[in-house]
Amino acid sequence: MADATQSAPMQSAPVQTGPMLAADGTPLKQSLARSLRNQKIRALALIAPLLLFVLLSFVIPIGQMLFKSVENDIVADTLPLTVAALQDWDAASGELPDEPVYEAFVTDMIEAVAAKQHTRLGTRLNYEETGMSSLFRKSGRQIRRIDIAEDAPFKEKLIDINEDWGDVETWSVIKTHSVRMTNGYFLNAVDMKRTPEGAQSQPEDRQILVKLFIRTLIMSLAITGSCILLGYPIAWIIANQPARIGNLLLILVLLPFWTSLLVRTSAWIVMLQQQGVVNEILVWLNVIADDARLVMIRNEVGTIVAMTHILLPFMILPMYSVMQTINPSYLRAAKSLGATNFTAFWRVYFPLTVPGIGAGSILVFILAIGYYITPEIVGGTSGIFISNRIAFHISSSLNWGLAAALASILLAAVLILYWAYDKIVGIDNVKLG
Amino acid sequence: MVPKLWPILPFNAKHSRPSDRFGLTAWSVSLRSVVGCSAKRGAATSNVVKRLESVALSFSDCGDNVLIRMDRGPTVTATDGEMPLAESQSSDAFVAFERVQKSYDGETLVVKDLNLEMPKGEFLTMLGPSGSGKTTCLMMLAGFETATHGKILLDGISINNIPPHKRGIGMVFQNYALFPHMTIAENLSFPLEVRKMSKSDREAKIKRALDMVEMGAFGGRRPAQLSGGQQQRVALARALVFEPELVLMDEPLGALDKQLREKMQFEITDLAHNLGITTVYVTHDQTEALTMSDRVAVFDDGRIQQIDPPDTLYESPQNSFVAQFIGENNTLEGTVKEIKGKEALVQLDDGELIDCKPVNVSQPGERTLVSIRPERVEFNKDRLQEGTHMVKAEVLEFIYMGDVFRTRLKVAGNDNFIIKSRNAPDQVRLKPGEHIDIGWLPEDCRALDAV
Repeated sequence: MADATQSAPMQSAPVQTGPMLAADGTPLKQSLARSLRNQKIRALALIAPLLLFVLLSFVIPIGQMLFKSVENDIVADTLPLTVAALQDWDAASGELPDEPVYEAFVTDMIEAVAAKQHTRLGTRLNYEETGMSSLFRKSGRQIRRIDIAEDAPFKEKLIDINEDWGDVETWSVIKTHSVRMTNGYFLNAVDMKRTPEGAQSQPEDRQILVKLFIRTLIMSLAITGSCILLGYPIAWIIANQPARIGNLLLILVLLPFWTSLLVRTSAWIVMLQQQGVVNEILVWLNVIADDARLVMIRNEVGTIVAMTHILLPFMILPMYSVMQTINPSYLRAAKSLGATNFTAFWRVYFPLTVPGIGAGSILVFILAIGYYITPEIVGGTSGIFISNRIAFHISSSLNWGLAAALASILLAAVLILYWAYDKIVGIDNVKLG
Repeated sequence: MVPKLWPILPFNAKHSRPSDRFGLTAWSVSLRSVVGCSAKRGAATSNVVKRLESVALSFSDCGDNVLIRMDRGPTVTATDGEMPLAESQSSDAFVAFERVQKSYDGETLVVKDLNLEMPKGEFLTMLGPSGSGKTTCLMMLAGFETATHGKILLDGISINNIPPHKRGIGMVFQNYALFPHMTIAENLSFPLEVRKMSKSDREAKIKRALDMVEMGAFGGRRPAQLSGGQQQRVALARALVFEPELVLMDEPLGALDKQLREKMQFEITDLAHNLGITTVYVTHDQTEALTMSDRVAVFDDGRIQQIDPPDTLYESPQNSFVAQFIGENNTLEGTVKEIKGKEALVQLDDGELIDCKPVNVSQPGERTLVSIRPERVEFNKDRLQEGTHMVKAEVLEFIYMGDVFRTRLKVAGNDNFIIKSRNAPDQVRLKPGEHIDIGWLPEDCRALDAV
């Protein structure tokens, strides 16, 4: 106020109207922004390298992935004339397309074969209909020899080359997947498929992905739960030791990080296999019969045990850091007020550690839901996660679109769970350190 | 230092009926009571004291010995450590520590042989420097530490093996220890809930407790939303809401600013007295101890150095630690020249003679530390007795403090000798460089043990 009214005579206290003004009469906000501009630019320059790095290595790949899950240019790019000609054809009529479609197709294919694009197109369509890959590869060689100017009509010729060209289903697949932006990958990811009649369920024997999603969620929750149960007492002990012993114990918790993940996981095979340490001991103790050894590896049990072990430090560390800040006088106060040890723990200590449990749970759950190596090694068929399927589609089947769709769904699931956690527990209640 | 206060009388064990030997008819109390009497002489809270007062003229501590002058029979000399202490009498003490020791590491004792009795309704302060064992004593009473040796009695029952939550002792912690995840009302409700009280009873009690500390409007807030003073009040209300008979307070005002601290001092003492609760208060702030307490126990080195009402403590410190710890204090070193009844002549190290009251010196030739309060020093001869020995002093510094003048002198080699004089119209303002004679009444100058 003083600054703003300086120029006015002191005796007549002026009524302040409009925005606050600086000493020189410019608006105070503008003045403040100018004086802070240099600081802001300097700060921005300092974080610029990291910002660029994050943009290049994080935002762009994720954006790419999200885009890959809907992108479907290959059909329309490789067979532009065919796609246009197929516009008028109705797959539901049960009749084959007319000659113009075949002519357009041959024209497109000659060009595609020359550019060696036809095999890629075959691979793409093979995701939707088995046999398309070989159909395109084999036909490609013979279509190359057709002369577009002289060899008309093409319908019979093509059906001659491969009888599948005389199948309505083949053309239906091409038409269905000719759109440039498709929901086909997402439908596949939830055990459905894109058909001329709209989205339909996959046949019973091909419905595996939804089950896998549910299993991934349940097992991640189980792993998080067992990490809480095992980690809580450990964190409590470490937090309540004198600094020297506490640090030593903390190093023991971190020790597994110094060993290769592969070695740690493989060690569990040695422990849990049927001729392994645990089974041998149980047989020796006559707890189980020699011919009824427990199956604890290459199934859900193996995955949960091994992943609990591997993710435990991520649970212990946030819990420890929260517990360390809890003043022991809270427990004393509770006891002096008449609470038994258990009541004091449950009503006073435990609620104060919830932020640590929350932080640890979020860390462990999010790591678990996308874990790949451990389920791959110890999970067998019943203990694998959705991420193993994603890896399969990226490196083996090369169906990147489906992999991207699966990954997008996983990302969405995590975000939804995070949102739910925020609603139920409140994200302010999470302390990572 | 405390054992010096313990008259461990040789005759007690050897002669089961000392009255036979000394012709005393009333000698039926145990040694513990004698000690209690020694510490509480003048307070006269029990019959025991009165009975003994009639036979014992004075107790004085002289190093390792305790002198007890009797009205009949010879003076008894007791020697520290010769005798086992007698079993305690079942007295009317509400809280009692009996020969309590505490060690954390098995090598050093944090609390050495603590003996303490508190009647119901007393406000006792444990005062001492950090590490003197006062908080450990409080924690043993609360049940968070176990006594290595000795007994702690609450209302005549040994509570050594009773867990803290069954002791029913209210406690106010240094950092308040209000549960941050609960509202104020929930914090107060907690002790009532664990006592399985019905909801309507709880609400009534919570309301009363909050109104008592003038925090009625804050029940729905969380501790973090309150200021330090408000948290302090809530902590107090929480410790009182389940109506304990004994309340412990561990430096509860330590985190408050000076003004608030003084206000809370009055509020706490008022509350404690109005409710009639017995309070043990731990602090290292001597002003707090003097203004709040019925009695103050001064701790040092794991022992109670002196336990007395504030005025006695200030005016008649029993040893030089207490004299220096409580209030401002001038000390002069010297040697006892002669002792005549209640007066002693002490020769200071520069040869000057002064009159003192012998407190724990017994014979000529002993080294002594003489203690005089700054406000009891006089430089106006008219106010002193005839024939008082005067001491030469040089004024070093004069400080105007408003209500008082504070003058720093050099006396007998000590250049940090302070005198305080009230700011009155006729008061002399001394100037640095002036040479004056100072003196005091013999009873204001106490000859204590040389540290």
